[in-house]
Amino acid sequence: MVARIGVVVFPGSNCEHDVLLALGSLGARAELVWHTSQSLAGLDAVILPGGFAHGDYLRPGAIARFSPVMAGVGAMARSGKPVVGICNGFQILTEAGLLPGALQKNRGMRFICKTVQLEVSSTLSVLTKGLKRGQRLQIPINHFEGNYTCDARTLCELEEEDRVILRYVDNPNGAMGDIAGICNRAGNVVGLMPHPERSMDELSGSKDGAFLMGSLLSCIDQLELG
Amino acid sequence: MNSSEPSDISFGVPSTTDTAGPVDSTGAGHIPSLHRQMGLDDNEFAAIRAILGRDPNHLELAMYAVMWSEHCSYKSSRLHLRRLPSEGKRVIVGPGENAGVLDVGDGIAIAVRIESHNHPSAIEPYQGAATGVGGILRDIFTMGARPIAVMDSLYFGPLDNPRNRWVMEGVVGGISGYGNSVGVPTVGGELSFASCYEGNPLVNVLCLGVLPVERLVLGRASGVGNLAVLMGSRTGRDGIGGVSVLASAGFKGDSGGGGPEARAEDSKRPSVQVGDPFEEKRLIEACLEILDAGLAVGLQDLGGAGLACATSETAARAGMGMDVDVSAVPLRESNMEPYEVMTSESQERMLAIVEPEKLSALEEVCRRWEVHSSVVGRVVPPDQDGIGYLRVRYGWKGQVLAEIPAASLSQSAPCYARPIQPPAKVKSLAVFQTEKTKQTSSTGAKRSSRVASSSSVYSSDLLRLIAEAGDPEWVYSQYDHQLFLNTVVGPGDDATLLRLAAPGIPWKGSAVALSVDGNPRWCALDPRAGTAATVAESVLNVACVGGRPIGLVNCLNFGNPEHPEVMWQLSEAIDGMAEACRAFDLPVVGGNVSLYNESSGIDIMPTPVIGVVGLVDQVAKRPPGARLLAGSVLLMLGTPQDQLEGSRWATELHPTQGTGMAGDTALFSLDMGRVVGLARFVAELVAEQVAQSTTEPVVTGIHDVSAGGLGVCLAEMAMRSSTGAVVNGISGHEELFSEAPCRVVLGISPSAVSQVVARAVAQGIQVTELGVARGDRLVIEKLVDLDIEELLAARKEPLALAFAH
Repeated sequence: MVARIGVVVFPGSNCEHDVLLALGSLGARAELVWHTSQSLAGLDAVILPGGFAHGDYLRPGAIARFSPVMAGVGAMARSGKPVVGICNGFQILTEAGLLPGALQKNRGMRFICKTVQLEVSSTLSVLTKGLKRGQRLQIPINHFEGNYTCDARTLCELEEEDRVILRYVDNPNGAMGDIAGICNRAGNVVGLMPHPERSMDELSGSKDGAFLMGSLLSCIDQLELG
Repeated sequence: MNSSEPSDISFGVPSTTDTAGPVDSTGAGHIPSLHRQMGLDDNEFAAIRAILGRDPNHLELAMYAVMWSEHCSYKSSRLHLRRLPSEGKRVIVGPGENAGVLDVGDGIAIAVRIESHNHPSAIEPYQGAATGVGGILRDIFTMGARPIAVMDSLYFGPLDNPRNRWVMEGVVGGISGYGNSVGVPTVGGELSFASCYEGNPLVNVLCLGVLPVERLVLGRASGVGNLAVLMGSRTGRDGIGGVSVLASAGFKGDSGGGGPEARAEDSKRPSVQVGDPFEEKRLIEACLEILDAGLAVGLQDLGGAGLACATSETAARAGMGMDVDVSAVPLRESNMEPYEVMTSESQERMLAIVEPEKLSALEEVCRRWEVHSSVVGRVVPPDQDGIGYLRVRYGWKGQVLAEIPAASLSQSAPCYARPIQPPAKVKSLAVFQTEKTKQTSSTGAKRSSRVASSSSVYSSDLLRLIAEAGDPEWVYSQYDHQLFLNTVVGPGDDATLLRLAAPGIPWKGSAVALSVDGNPRWCALDPRAGTAATVAESVLNVACVGGRPIGLVNCLNFGNPEHPEVMWQLSEAIDGMAEACRAFDLPVVGGNVSLYNESSGIDIMPTPVIGVVGLVDQVAKRPPGARLLAGSVLLMLGTPQDQLEGSRWATELHPTQGTGMAGDTALFSLDMGRVVGLARFVAELVAEQVAQSTTEPVVTGIHDVSAGGLGVCLAEMAMRSSTGAVVNGISGHEELFSEAPCRVVLGISPSAVSQVVARAVAQGIQVTELGVARGDRLVIEKLVDLDIEELLAARKEPLALAFAH
């Protein structure tokens, strides 16, 4: 049976079609899920895509965490199924308390859209399981609030528990510990600021995002088999 | 009765009926000077009386004032715009609709438009630019197209003035804040500085959309009994008179000094609208879903002149009339006058024409996207003479507050043949004596220590040209330029190349190339030849990514049309554009005219901005781009040039002292036939290469020669690839800095050189071997020897310092 992946659409989301295309290019089956959906039953994984959910009013993710779909997202996270937040999705996961810390405005107080170099620093997560520690990836970032921050104890925990999955090689936004992505203890809930769906083929300049998406699909398959 | 303050009188239903005409909602008759306050002159007022056969009331006058404004009616330029060629085999919709639409095959079309938001951006840079983006997006999705790309042409005053820095930071922030959030990538543009834009910056925004041809919808209110549904934001008092008071008059007051006295422009700030990208995002999704489901027969955005424009234009296009219930319009504020409701330019609103039985389905889509919708109008038949009337009522059965032939607001607008007078002497920005300047080292202007340390005058001139152009990356790195995964070549190259696809429209292998270009220096010297050359440059840019041009849009930014010299510039520019378009067989599918760009009585340099759309049939590999690959042989295609007139080198580095006037300077001459051949050759060469994913590239780098000349062209290629070059045979300033846009520099893989040369020569294209790409220095023998790091620092420093917080 082919895995079913849901991509949540909040009003103001804008990367949902790009994530569908990226997953489709790897042969996966993905579908859009409207933010008022009460249940995510039948889905094997869920992705919260980038964009500006609910206009990023108040602050990114602050309203989206109250969308009805978040109950189902939380249930999936607890059940051990993959939950991935990309960019705005990462911000929503932190607001919803599914990942620790917060994303504040970039150092320099400007929006940044550019391709950056990342280093895989943990293979604990569903997104990096298939990669090598230390592996370098070229993937675009596209955010105003991507400057990861958390309290000292949380940072210590993240480091000790090997939950920082991606770091910037040349920190573009002031993120604490050069953090570009983290996961929960089980590794099934992942948040990252870079957009892997934007680097899926040579025409777009890099296909390194396909490593991350490919790892996710392998994990979903294994979970299903298991 | 003598009050001239309409806001003193509260909104209410008049109690008397007047069979001679609609009641006056203000309760006051026409006040003799009122039309002048609204921007109409006495002749225009007389024309309105002739149309109505009576005095207009206040509401009617307000609607004529906005619709007959320069901005909405093109009254000074219409006569001249007719000379532009607008037909072509791909043209589905030409100028006059919300956007031009071109057939690109496979049942897919693209919609494209460019518009200015200069005056709002001068006063309130962030919101002015943001609403410029919002407005152009609506022009595109109102045609049924999904907006997939925005490009911006930005012209600012020099950044040593803090106010210009404030303007630039606000404009870039507004485009970034609105564009990123609304979910449409900003994929390119241009950035330019000159003192004439101090106090009157130019912010031109181009938008491109993609649609299945069958989703094309026009802004027509057809079908008697159909409903006009207003969707989106509530209507407020923002932007009232935006098109007339703000966009159709110049800035008279102190504009750049930032002195202590109150700026005259400050009083115009309430005429600037405020944008909400989240509302627009939901509106885009709702409208496209409504059109996909066939729930609307017509769609019209509300922009300049608000509801007055949207209701009258949709009715006029369909030959119908429309009844509008002004009491049904959801308002942000209480006690708004009908004239305010009808002319408000509140953003993020659309008008859909809907069959009554489909209303509930449309409302359901709106509910899902959290978009407000209200029925505010009904399509009514024309009278027995075939005249469709726009009737504004308070309540469906309430008083008629205004009754105007709908078409008279747009089609009967005045059309002026304003006096045209060539200037006695062309104001020279570029006059110089070659003999003199050859010996003069550049002095006077401030310059970084890096520049001063450089050994030769050629090197230091080149560094200054790089530095003063500004770093476009500072701008475009603040824009999402990748959304929708279409971006094959992003900002910073000759042209942008996008996969032709959009959500719901899968990619089939082709791509669209886009470039926006303006060159006020050329146009100031010779508006006709300068505009033609600008078209040529834009076409060459598109060719450099493999695109063959299929359509053109333009934004004509000029000074005060009441100055005969400005009208001469406009008329000449239009003729120059027409000539170039004919040479390239390129239809003009849309345009915008922005006049009254002046401050303190000084007109801006004529700045026609040209947007060219090109097509590449098959893209399997990225085009080579403006890069150098070590080992490649560098060729220049096209006739070598040595005329410096109008160049950045002459204008910016060596302006003549004294009067700055001369009559004997001519812009470089351009053999358009040769440029057509060159563009075709280059486009073919690159298109062949990108169609194959596997073959070894023949062309390893490509860049057209334009602003800054060959020197800047080579430096840009070096900076982009961190690879140097050794070039020889360049004789001096003339060959290094001449800008005539008829040359392209190519890096060719050594084994393919003879083959490329033979092909070019066979097509009558002159080929000059320049040298070879290698190392980490740009060496132009006997002239320039610079480290690439030095070039990069010169480029990055000025903006980084200007905006260091």
